[in-house]
Amino acid sequence: MAVIGLTNALAGLMKAAAGASPSEYVQHHLTHNKVSVGDSGSFWHVHLDSLVMSIGLGVLTMLLFWLVARRATAGVPGKVQAFIEIVIEFIDNQVKDVFHGSRKVVAPLALTIFVWVLMMNAMDFIPLELMGSLVNLFGGDSHHFYWRLVPTADINITLAMSLTVFLLMIGFALSAKGVGGFGHELISAPFGDKVFLWPINLAMNAVEYASKVASLALRLFGNMYAGELVFMLIALLATAGGHFLLAEGLMVKAGGALAYLGAVLAGAGWAIFHVLIVLLQAFIFMILTTVYLSMSVEHH
Amino acid sequence: MEQIIGALQGNMAIAIGIIIGLGALGACLGIALMASKFLESTARQPELAPMLQGKMFLLAGLIDAPFIIGLAVALLFAFANPQIGEVTKAAQTQSAQ
Repeated sequence: MAVIGLTNALAGLMKAAAGASPSEYVQHHLTHNKVSVGDSGSFWHVHLDSLVMSIGLGVLTMLLFWLVARRATAGVPGKVQAFIEIVIEFIDNQVKDVFHGSRKVVAPLALTIFVWVLMMNAMDFIPLELMGSLVNLFGGDSHHFYWRLVPTADINITLAMSLTVFLLMIGFALSAKGVGGFGHELISAPFGDKVFLWPINLAMNAVEYASKVASLALRLFGNMYAGELVFMLIALLATAGGHFLLAEGLMVKAGGALAYLGAVLAGAGWAIFHVLIVLLQAFIFMILTTVYLSMSVEHH
Repeated sequence: MEQIIGALQGNMAIAIGIIIGLGALGACLGIALMASKFLESTARQPELAPMLQGKMFLLAGLIDAPFIIGLAVALLFAFANPQIGEVTKAAQTQSAQ
């Protein structure tokens, strides 16, 4: 973790030499790599970085799990197999506590969500300037190259995930109660089955579903976005230190070194705290999905 | 033009302070209430501690989330303000007329 702090601070020092203003620096790192589709972008804009990172991580994790599952032995497991068994058992136990009924679909779904979101969140630990440095290394211009590493800090990704969970909620409710049962629940659920209560019940249910989708997406997005921004601010502190280190005067240089040291320490501290947030948010997204699915299966 | 931008930045600073301050107040009170109950219940029944600990971390994440979302919005206003470009543009067109 101290390495992360140091690399982030080093990135700041490099930026100081390049001479970018604080808000320009943050803006640059908050810009997505956009690809426009259609005549001069008339159809849609695609965030290429989020898509590549999320799909790549998903494929990578599936490949790892598949390889380990193929070579799994009933005897003494290797380290990787033991780790993956721990993850699978942990998720299965959590789902067992929350979801009563067949876990044939729900437990693999929860495992997928947990591991995928965890991998995407963990991209926060990759140093901020890595992509830019790589582009510079291969002769490109990092000032006009945008690449955000954390897909879950893009609201499109988290909203897409929570909308998928919403569709699953509807699907589970339909398969558990049938079209008639689910429709009846929508118009009669909180207050009872009276004709004059139908519109109120329907509105309440609509608000409940909408707030579930929005809160699921925004919670993950907000946490990862804030985490990324704090890493950027720490890099900015290092930038300020770098400016002073390059300036004239012994005391000014000493102050710059102090700010730089502070940035290293703050980066390390935030990275350690962020491990907790990354794990916790993946876990919360997974467990809330399971809770919502069990709510839509249960009868009122 | 400086006056307009100064007014925007001043108000924005107050808004950021309120967002982070009140959000932190609420999140701290929530965490404190839950943690004290957790300590109480583990003192009463230590054998339940592992089960309660998992639930406590889950709830800590839930309680913390609105504050962190507010923090993200506040930091966005502080360092990458989406409105300052608009205001600058408006002020420039006004001074050009």
